[in-house]
Parts: sequence; structure tokens; C-alpha cells
Amino acid sequence: MTDKLLLSRRKLIGGLGVGAGGLILSGCDALGANEGFRSVLRSGEDLTYRAQRLVSDRNALAKEFEEADMSPLFRANGNIMPASTDYAAHLATNFADWRLVVDGLVARPLSVPLAALMAMPQRSQITRHDCVEGWSAIGKWQGPNLSHILSLARLLPSARYIVFHCADSFGSHPYYESIDLVDALHPQSILAWRMNDAALPVAHGAPIRLRVERQLGYKQAKYVMRIEARERIDTLYRGKGGFWEDDVGYQWYAGI
Amino acid sequence: MSDSDDAETTTPSGGDLVKRHHLATRIWHWTNAVTLLVMLMSGLTIFNAHPRLSWGEYGANPDHAWLQIGAENGGGYIRVGEAQITTTGVFGLWVDSEGQPQNRAFPSWATIPSDYNLADARLWHFFFAWVLALALVAFLLISLANRHIWRDLRIRLSELSPAHIWHDIKEHAALRFPVGAAALDYNILQKLSYVGVIFILLPLVILTGLTMSPTMDAAWPWLLDLFGGRASARSLHFIAAFLLFAFFVVHMVMVVLAGPFNEVRSMVTGWYRLPRERAEEPEPVSEGESA
Repeated sequence: MTDKLLLSRRKLIGGLGVGAGGLILSGCDALGANEGFRSVLRSGEDLTYRAQRLVSDRNALAKEFEEADMSPLFRANGNIMPASTDYAAHLATNFADWRLVVDGLVARPLSVPLAALMAMPQRSQITRHDCVEGWSAIGKWQGPNLSHILSLARLLPSARYIVFHCADSFGSHPYYESIDLVDALHPQSILAWRMNDAALPVAHGAPIRLRVERQLGYKQAKYVMRIEARERIDTLYRGKGGFWEDDVGYQWYAGI
Repeated sequence: MSDSDDAETTTPSGGDLVKRHHLATRIWHWTNAVTLLVMLMSGLTIFNAHPRLSWGEYGANPDHAWLQIGAENGGGYIRVGEAQITTTGVFGLWVDSEGQPQNRAFPSWATIPSDYNLADARLWHFFFAWVLALALVAFLLISLANRHIWRDLRIRLSELSPAHIWHDIKEHAALRFPVGAAALDYNILQKLSYVGVIFILLPLVILTGLTMSPTMDAAWPWLLDLFGGRASARSLHFIAAFLLFAFFVVHMVMVVLAGPFNEVRSMVTGWYRLPRERAEEPEPVSEGESA
């Protein structure tokens, strides 16, 4: 008891030693590490998700730009070359034998060659890519609507989330992302195989990457190999619905 | 204490203890004090993730930045347009508590959390953003209802005459603050500062914050038109935050100069002791010189 008191007093004196700013900071760091306080902070996240869904029409479109508005150089971020040997083999053959797998809670699992994705009805859009770090770049994306592919696979009524399994990984953790059906069926949600009027470069996610235009960059999964329809995402990997969500605690709904 | 009872009916004078701030004003003030500090410090962590500001619809590392904080050749710098100042030790390049050099833009003593952690900074920032926005709306509604805005913050045309403003600036520079009953009313410099914060800077910082949200841009496309794009909104967001910080600094200085005990008491309890009339100066009229 007295030990504890002594310790906290020492802490206090130490804090005063580096000034009031230091005291505020160490207080904030201590609060930020407290699980109860963190859950209070996280309630803001939930509120933001609900509020954003409340004020935005499910089909409200992200702004589309003109060619003249495009970034001269579109920065690549995250992994820029998957390390797997499978991926290297696909890259060597220009994805000729590559198949996009669509499975999980669907009536008709699919295995779609890249040429078939290219032959589907296409959507092209010039949109802004917003990184969680604060930078943004405008680029042109083309590919089939995700909703078209999901309609071919016929989602089962129990499906609530669409998960994107990727070829790249960070250490032993594969990259993956997930979105709900509102975003999955959104008219601007596409699987882009073209970027800026050329084949999607490896650094940007070849052969296909997800574009989900009302969310931040880490949701735009690159190197998508498999699309899985699921009822819940908390039983997948480390439970937060995406690599960065699991790894550092970024928001699952990256609308802000 | 006794002189407070008739404060409503007769004109109070220097030395009287008078009711100055509504409960709503006081609650909002202290809520804001905490909220703005957290928003500012967690915002600096978020800035550290991309320590550059641009104008227009987009802005990333290859693009032109009008402001940049960084490190090169063993020194920290802030670059604004063509001008560059060396900030080694404070911004761009500094030494942490373990003696290690760090090249984040803002040093750990200025950020929440103190160690760079973008995810946690966003957690703090977006929780307190709700507090900031909801408290502002509540304060505005209550202050319309209790006539605080109309009675205390309304700027009269006559107050905006250059002569009047210049007179107030001179009085402030000479540290001659209003005394007696005159101290009950905000002077024009106070009004301009408070109105600027409440009706310009806080709405600006909230709306430019929303403009950085891709979902909000889809829901409210006018946000992008209003601020000229996301990169512009991000620049304006940091400028507004900087001006709020500047307000905070001036506010602190004025509280200290005007008498910190009396000022803090009035914002905690609501009761304020009117400064006594200065003896050496002939006051125009001072009935009830009861001191």
C-alpha cells in the first residue's frame, strides 16, 4: 500500500520534473494503455461508422475526376512485390494460368481466369486514393464490378462480409481485407486490372486490386487471389477483419 | 459577498463580486480546454505520418508541398514555400528521452501518444472530434437560448470603427484593462477573438476534418467544392489548428496579466470580482464608489 503510494509520488515528482507538458503526456500515455479507457475511445469509432452510414446514401458516389486532374506520379505503398514463389510463377507467365477464386457462402463457387475478368462488363473511374497517413493521389482504374462477380457466384442469404485474400504478406501474416455488403455492392467497387490506361503494375497489385472508393487506402487490397463470402470476420486470422486492423489497430471501417 | 445580491438591480462597481459566466459557458470552456489539447497533440502525430501540406485535390510525396518539415544533412528544418528555417532539436530532427536522434516532424513531448503510433493517435483524435463537435453545437444552442451570444458576443457596428479598435489595441498594449462595470462587457478585441474561434475557426476545423474523409466526400460532395479539394482541406485544417493554438497562447497570457486567480475563479464558479477603479486616473463617472 505505502509502496504504491511512494511509487506514484515518485512518478508524480518525475513528471513535474520535466514540466506540466510531460505530466499531461505521461498521463495520456497511461490512459491510452488502459483497456477500459481504450474501449471508451473505440466507441467513437463505432459512432463514426454508424453516423457515416446514416448520412450517406448506400449508392452515393465518390467524386470522379477528369484526366487532367490525375496525379503525375501515383505513389505505390505497402508491399510492392509479393514474396511467394506461386506469385513469382504467375508473374513469369503473365498470369496466364492464374485464377480468381470466389468461394465461401456462395451458391456457385467460381474460378475466373484474368481474360474472363477482362471480358466482363467494365467500369472505368478516375478517383482519389486517400492513404491513412494523409497523402492522396488521383488515378484511373478499370475492371469489372465486384457486384457482377458476386451475382455470378450467387451470395447465400447468410453472407454478410466479403473477404479479400491476397498474395502478399508481412512476415508470417498474409494480407487480407474485408468489407460489408453495402460497400461490396456499391457501383464504384471494382476489381481493377487496369490503372492509368495500362495493365495494373506489380507495385500497385497486379493482376487485380480492389477499389472501394469511399474508404482509405489500406482497404484497397492488392494482389487479390481469392474472394470469400463470410457471415462473420471475427473468427478469421486475428479477428479484426484486415491485416492492418489486426496488426496496429486501424479502424475496420476506414471511412475517415 | 453581500454586494452580489443587488448586482441585478444596480450597476456594480469595482471590487464587487458579480456573476459573470453561465454554467453552460463554464462547462463548455473546460470541455474545450481538454478536447482541443487532445485534438491538437494527437493531430501532430497524424501530421508526423505525412509531414507535408499541399493545395488542390491531391497531394503525396512526389507532388509540390507548400509546407514541409523534415531532416537533411544532420539538421531539422521547416520549409514554407521558398523559405527554410533550421529547427534542429525541436522540429524535424530531435533527441528523444533515451538520447536517440529521431526525425519525426513534431517531437514526442508535443504529441499524443508520445511515441509515434498513428493508429492510437487516430483513436484519440476521432473520439474527441465527436466531443468537440457535439459540445460546440450544444453550446451554440444553449447560448442562443440564454442570450449569451446576443448580449455578450454581438459586435456593434460602432465597435468596428478603426478609431475604436485602435484605442483598444493601445489600451491592451499599455496593459490598461477595463475596470468597474466596464469590465463586465467584452471589449472589441475579446469579441473578435471569441467570435473568430466560435464561429470561424471551430466550424472550419470540423468541416475541413470531415473533408478529409472519403465517405463524407461521397455523402456531402459540396465539402470538396467548398475547400477546393482534399489536400487543400488538409492544409486549411492545420492552419485552423495552428490559429486555435495561437488563440490559446494569447488567452493564457491575457489571463495571467488580468489576474489569474480572479479569471480562473470566474470560469470555475461563475463569480468574478470587478477590478477596482484606478485611483490615479480620473474616471468619467463612478457612482457607488463604495470601496
